[in-house]
Amino acid sequence: MTTKMFGAKVPRVEDQRFLRGQGRYVDDLLTDDPRLLHSAVLRSPHAHARILDIDVSDVLDVEGVVAVWTWDDLTGPMAEPLPLLIPHPTLTHGRTQYALAKGEVNYVGEAIAFVVAVDRYVAEDAVSRIRVDYEYLEPVVGIPAARAARTAVHPDVPDNVGARMTQENGDARAAIAAAPHTLSLDLDIERSACTPMEGRGTVARWDPDTSRLTVWSSTQTSTGVRGCVAAKLGLDLAKVDVITPDVGGGFGVKVVHPWPEELLVPLASMTLGRPVKFTEDRREHFISSAHERAQEHHVEVGFDDDGRVLGLDVEFWHDHGAYTPYGLIVPIITSTQLLGPYKPQSYRVTFESVYTNTVIVTPYRGAGRPQGCFVMERTMDAIAAYLGKDRTEVRSANFIQPDEFPYEHGLVFQDGRELTYDSGDYPASLAKLKELVGWDEFEDFRAEMAAQGRRVGIGLACYVEGTGVGPYEGAHVHIETSGKVKASIGLTTQGQGHQTAFAQIVADTLGVRFEDVEVVTGDTRKMPYSVGTFASRAAVMSGSAVHLAALRAKEKALRIAAEALEAAEDDLEIADGVVSVKGTDASIDLGTVAVLSNPLRYAFDEASKAATQFRVGDPGKPPVAEGDEPGLEGKDFYSPPRSTFANGMHAVIVETDPDTAEITILKYAVVHDCGHLINPMIVEGQIHGGVAQGVGGALYERMAYDESGQLLNASFMDFLMPYVTEVPTTIDIDHLETPSPLNPLGIKGAGEAGVIPSAAVFAAAIEDAEGFPITAMPISPSELFALRLEHADLPAEALSEETR
Amino acid sequence: MKPAPFAYLRPSTLEEALAALADTQGAKVLAGGQSLVPLLSMRLAAPSTLVDINGLPDLDGIAADAAGVRIGALARHADVLASAEASASQPLIGMALSHVAHPTIRNRGTTVGSIVHADAAAEMPMVLRLLDGTVDVASVRGRRTVPAADLFAGPLESTLAHDEVAVEAFFPALAPGGGVAFSEVARRHGDYALVGVAALVDTEGGEVTRARIGFVSVSDVPTVVDVSDALDDPAGAALAELEPADDIHATAAYRAHLVKVLTPRVLADAIHHARERTGA
Repeated sequence: MTTKMFGAKVPRVEDQRFLRGQGRYVDDLLTDDPRLLHSAVLRSPHAHARILDIDVSDVLDVEGVVAVWTWDDLTGPMAEPLPLLIPHPTLTHGRTQYALAKGEVNYVGEAIAFVVAVDRYVAEDAVSRIRVDYEYLEPVVGIPAARAARTAVHPDVPDNVGARMTQENGDARAAIAAAPHTLSLDLDIERSACTPMEGRGTVARWDPDTSRLTVWSSTQTSTGVRGCVAAKLGLDLAKVDVITPDVGGGFGVKVVHPWPEELLVPLASMTLGRPVKFTEDRREHFISSAHERAQEHHVEVGFDDDGRVLGLDVEFWHDHGAYTPYGLIVPIITSTQLLGPYKPQSYRVTFESVYTNTVIVTPYRGAGRPQGCFVMERTMDAIAAYLGKDRTEVRSANFIQPDEFPYEHGLVFQDGRELTYDSGDYPASLAKLKELVGWDEFEDFRAEMAAQGRRVGIGLACYVEGTGVGPYEGAHVHIETSGKVKASIGLTTQGQGHQTAFAQIVADTLGVRFEDVEVVTGDTRKMPYSVGTFASRAAVMSGSAVHLAALRAKEKALRIAAEALEAAEDDLEIADGVVSVKGTDASIDLGTVAVLSNPLRYAFDEASKAATQFRVGDPGKPPVAEGDEPGLEGKDFYSPPRSTFANGMHAVIVETDPDTAEITILKYAVVHDCGHLINPMIVEGQIHGGVAQGVGGALYERMAYDESGQLLNASFMDFLMPYVTEVPTTIDIDHLETPSPLNPLGIKGAGEAGVIPSAAVFAAAIEDAEGFPITAMPISPSELFALRLEHADLPAEALSEETR
Repeated sequence: MKPAPFAYLRPSTLEEALAALADTQGAKVLAGGQSLVPLLSMRLAAPSTLVDINGLPDLDGIAADAAGVRIGALARHADVLASAEASASQPLIGMALSHVAHPTIRNRGTTVGSIVHADAAAEMPMVLRLLDGTVDVASVRGRRTVPAADLFAGPLESTLAHDEVAVEAFFPALAPGGGVAFSEVARRHGDYALVGVAALVDTEGGEVTRARIGFVSVSDVPTVVDVSDALDDPAGAALAELEPADDIHATAAYRAHLVKVLTPRVLADAIHHARERTGA
């Protein structure tokens, strides 16, 4: 029997290429083509202004400049606003920008003009020669300014509110009013962003002879880009191919489409008849891609003596930036996933999604869940502190129990489906976490450290994550006559290890060697029906689809092999690419089965001779039977009834320096349940990366806008992505596997897990070390110092003296 | 993030380099490029000409003796940091350099370049100032030696003329009864310090005869404060002369607090270092 690959720690096949510098990213493409042109974008230096005039007359004088576009040069669908990708009935005032600004700009970085030149240097020289007359308008920066609405970002949305949405299960307000205990909390999270290593990038090549457009884009959805490009440029879908090569990280930002440049580059290529490239630079990525996370929350909670939540009422404000191309996905996820593993007896949530003159806000790994987790877990900690109970005890009192699945929350999730958890075992997860981090022994450790003058704290946070959101994904599996297997999936890959994980599934399902399976992703020529890689959905969706497609190929292989071996299908088995009759020596290679599946007129090699017209088939029947197809292939799609819900719990022990207020991580522990693990090494890699990104979000990273809407830290010098020296050197991980009943492999998504509880878990640990509430994240040493002053009776000097 | 057009010269003698600088308006010297190249790419600097001195001979020396350490204009931070002779003569050089950015930047960046870049958030300008070092400067008009006290004019501004090249820095050796120490707090390992503090003390029979403290990131120019008469409250004396400011990474109050935390520690470490060296 072939070694089982599903569940094995198989080394990633893609790493050979990546580690040797052989990855091929968008910017690596067409570099040898002397006809390739490059582009640069004039971006607004102002957060809010009317454009009175754009003068490009100096630009074409620059040697090497080929063309320049402003909005005035756009026609047809290109002159219309970009699509609002995910409309929602409550998004009553959704707005999207134009590919190039029409008459006004609403954030620093908004595209105004597009220059194409022989190289990027010349293109940037030309950009600096465009003169724009602006009429400055007062910018709206931050949630308080948006709510105050002294100025409107969009004149036709005077209160700056794009959407108001409320969901309620039970009468939360009445339950709170009647509860024995109540608490109010205000909890804030600041702006951050995905910041993938590779920024955005697009190359387009128009072939005028065949009227065919090929677009390569660094995207999380090649099919989405294809649809937008065809619609905006007025091309038949069949004339547009979109290919996603290697992508240097996405984390959500690259699911947004079409970016202005994703349309302008193909437009330029069609207009100029030459290939055109746009490669975003780092400053552009900061000011003209997308951010996330900024929300302010107010919580009212009523609970009993055991800490059981009787009523939870959450109101929050979501800063969605200047436009709403991705709809309300982030705040809807916050409002529903906030509940985590708990079952409050009643819940009401309402949010306003508000406009500001800042970069657009779209999902960033976690996508609203980190904020929701922060709100819920801070509330749990506050209840525990109020009642004087252990924080794990209050959580246990509120957990959904293992026998309560499927658990219906009575709310509607981001996919428009009922919020129903499929499986999980939260008490078991918590027991594992307490063991892993040493929860019950922590007070001894605290005392030991205190004796050395050191200050430590412990925190934990729990989350549930809806993964594998629909509508569908597909896969195509092709067994070649060599016996090698080519699997195509539609969604794109950004470094997750899809080539490995999907090959594992195919190898097991078909009974072929892992080495003989090759996986192609994100190429609309191979699989034009697909949605994209986001929401921790690739393993669930494409993993299930590739399994189903492989099953179809296997069915056909067994049918043909049974005929060839003159045996019953039920007596056959496939292992290592050989079909054999169980308990006998009779066998046939899958490659030979593939040969037999495709009746040939022409022999092109020794193997194909076996399938030519004088060798195979009943001369009295058609070579391909009615209802059958030539070739040994299988294609299938997976479309789930609703999302599957993974979960996890994190704990951290931190040390806070009594003098400098620096925060150091001493121990980080994760218990994670994503159902059946396809490849534990890849899952743990996802957790490691997520935790690192979470450390960034909790302790280092923030988008520092000033009151005029300028982003003050649009570089990696001042946007403090953590180095390897700032993230934990070890992360203790334990897995629980409660399979999902919703898909054939029992899997759940894992991509976002590591980052969701970070703000919550660090706030809890720092609060535990310091003894005062932490209500806003991220937190820096300077802010911790300020909080110490605020909460100390002693002045700053004395604080320092006291602890020496 | 591509530089504006500039002319590029790579002379092979110092004389050619100096002549090019004298003849060209708006020319800048390129050595390690770790500060200049990002400034060019962000188009925050747009010199007409870059005079690349990496082809000049005999400028990468690191020579140490009882008098002190001479570091040539092309000596990389990493080589200076690795020089046992340099650290033996003046231990503060190595103590501070280990806080300068990251290994890849230290592999290319030059110590002399960092000094004349005159960033008050950088370690080495302050170290030169604390040690009362000098910089040798060449131009078509000849050579001159500029004391560190006269080198720093303002934020990111040295007193060098546009056609002058710093060819060597001199860090005096640590005196027999002397001790030094360095410490800083940064947001991330290798970042510019929120506050950096170095101390230089002289002792006789274990008693401090002179104590000076240098500061990073709490003033516009590299600042040194003599605390010989304020050994019981060196931070208080220092804060009277410093101007900590708010930025997106820390408040002025937090920086002042770090001065209070770090200054007495670093001073104590320097005194300890001196006593260790003298066996007092």
